[in-house]
Amino acid sequence: MSAVDFLLWVRGPGLAIASIIFVFGMTLKLFEIFMLGRKKNLAELRGSGIKEGFVTIFTRSRHADTYSTRHTKFTYYSGWVFHLGLFITVFLLTPHIELFKSFLGFGWWALPTPIVDLTAVIAMIALLAILFHRITNPVLKYLSVGQDYVVWALTFLPLLTGYMAYHHLFFRYEWLLGFHILSVCILLVFFPFTKLTHAMTLFISRWYNGMMGGEKGVQQ
Amino acid sequence: MTELNTCSASGDYPLTQNVVPILHEIRHALRKLLDEGEATIIDLRAMPFAPGEEDELEARLGTGEVTVRIEALGPSVIKETSYAGVWLVVHYNTEEEIMGKFIEITHVPSIIESQTEDIKSGIQALQEGLTIDS
Amino acid sequence: MSDDKTLAEVLRNQGVSRRGFLKFCATTASMMALSPAMVPRIAEALEQARRPSVIWLSFQECTGCTESLTRSHTPTIEGLIFDAISLDYHHTLQAASGDAAEHAREEAMKENWGKYILVVDGSIPVGHENYSTIAGISNLKMLEETAKGAAAIVAVGSCAAFGGLPMANPNPTGAAAVSDIIKDKPIINVSGCPPIPVVITGVLAQFLTFGKVPDLDSLGRPMAFYGKNIHDRCYRRPFYERGEFAETFDDEGAKKGWCLFKLGCKGPITYNACATTKWNEGTSWPVESGHGCLGCSEPRFWDMGGFYNALSTPTIDIAKTAGIGLAAGAAIGVAAGALNRAKKAKATREHETVTVDDLEKGEKS
Repeated sequence: MSAVDFLLWVRGPGLAIASIIFVFGMTLKLFEIFMLGRKKNLAELRGSGIKEGFVTIFTRSRHADTYSTRHTKFTYYSGWVFHLGLFITVFLLTPHIELFKSFLGFGWWALPTPIVDLTAVIAMIALLAILFHRITNPVLKYLSVGQDYVVWALTFLPLLTGYMAYHHLFFRYEWLLGFHILSVCILLVFFPFTKLTHAMTLFISRWYNGMMGGEKGVQQ
Repeated sequence: MTELNTCSASGDYPLTQNVVPILHEIRHALRKLLDEGEATIIDLRAMPFAPGEEDELEARLGTGEVTVRIEALGPSVIKETSYAGVWLVVHYNTEEEIMGKFIEITHVPSIIESQTEDIKSGIQALQEGLTIDS
Repeated sequence: MSDDKTLAEVLRNQGVSRRGFLKFCATTASMMALSPAMVPRIAEALEQARRPSVIWLSFQECTGCTESLTRSHTPTIEGLIFDAISLDYHHTLQAASGDAAEHAREEAMKENWGKYILVVDGSIPVGHENYSTIAGISNLKMLEETAKGAAAIVAVGSCAAFGGLPMANPNPTGAAAVSDIIKDKPIINVSGCPPIPVVITGVLAQFLTFGKVPDLDSLGRPMAFYGKNIHDRCYRRPFYERGEFAETFDDEGAKKGWCLFKLGCKGPITYNACATTKWNEGTSWPVESGHGCLGCSEPRFWDMGGFYNALSTPTIDIAKTAGIGLAAGAAIGVAAGALNRAKKAKATREHETVTVDDLEKGEKS
């Protein structure tokens, strides 16, 4: 297969398949979660808990107690750095915004490309540190299963291939671009069937946690 | 052709900074000419120049005492720059379009010399001319 | 018919002096991106080169390649090289036509068997042979016949090199490239829509000078002209690096000469000499004139997702496919959700309560 055929396939059928499976999977999960419903709360409610739910989505993003602050420093900081780096790299780079514009119909303001280049590198370094931590920390190593490593690779590859493509590293650009898009397709295909769904479910679970706290009158 | 640079939609782009390295190359070539008698030719078309840089190079080289104009397949203008031994050779076609631009570091660019083939043709032509007369 | 004169003799007969010949060699070397030190070697080679017989076959093409090459009003270097070859057959340019022309071709082939250069422009319909014929002979047959005695084949233009426009989706004629059909002869792909004229003649000049096929890349194109990516030689690259892009063709960014990535420039995946050699004797090229590169020297450039869509966009409608995924996910999700609820309800119904007595009874027995 030539570079052109490969590039045309990933930009066409490849992305089509990936987007169908991704949206299918996430929608399926969403319906399954919500249709199961919740147990009726028979206690007397202090408040509806709705506002508290939304507040918790944000407050859960940072440490709230000294135990967490002291004992989970690495996970906290590396997690933040990685997620921020990934967010900026994916959503604030011009070629990516063009991609979103092509199916959303609208785009948005972009960061200068050299800055996004830097955030991509920072995100990759954070990911490597996270992997190193997972392998060397005895508790984490004990708990880790195959999926944890697979998901790490699925996330790392688009960053790596994107960086290589932009800098024309080692291979011809057509191949690098093709591999970058392919790595994103693979990530999308596996996304709804792995723990990566936390990207969607974290908002739901934090909201419910906060709501429950708000209902019962406990500080959320 | 420099007028076209103002017509195109171009802005302030970074310079290639190739002018000074080429001048150094010329200096080394002059040394080689003096010490080893070996000539050097630099093809200016093979180098990337930002607009204005080629003019800057030619301005720095300046004009010397000799300018030669050849009419063969269109004009060619060969001039010695203000540095002896450094010649600027520009080949044009009959439409005055630049076909080639070279810097030759030599005592005299070989294209100026009368060529053996042409001398042979000249002898023949002269011979025919004389036999007609006599 | 090609006679036995060498190239130098041909030029001499046209009134070109030795000086003129040296000028010709120097500018040819420059054009072929060869070092000036090679000029004596080129002069020597061209002095001895015999006028090669060239048969030019035009198939499913727009004649743009021939136009690109021959549309010079005054003698340029391209014109000279063109004159230096013995163009024994070119059905657009030659005076003879019909049977006389085909007879001329057959004679030239016979006389120069194994030594003539076959130049092809236009794609060949393989889907139904008779979609394109010359003098009643299908393109496919004519190519196969003529290729048999050729020393080398030069596929001029993206149509001959890769299939070009006729091959674009849905390829109604079953168009194919020369290299899809001929497998046993050296093929030089000089792609482009059209190729830069100086590239066409540069390849011919290289063949004349060295008598062999030049170094080719993985797509069969001469490395001298197609070895570099447009993006890597583009003078607007600093803007790409800085993230300064033109949004429309006449906004402030466009006027300042910013990168044309968002306007669909295919420079990053295109290999050609446009950024350095440029067009019209070095006047300008598409990006310098403010239009993104079409990628015209690459295979399937007509189907590369649209000339004005950025390289990072998909070539199919993602909104539609996402919609399909959403509908399917919702449908199955509702079904799965309903099943889950039913399971939960059943479990609640079948839930057996246990009293202390039941437990005590259990312990005693």
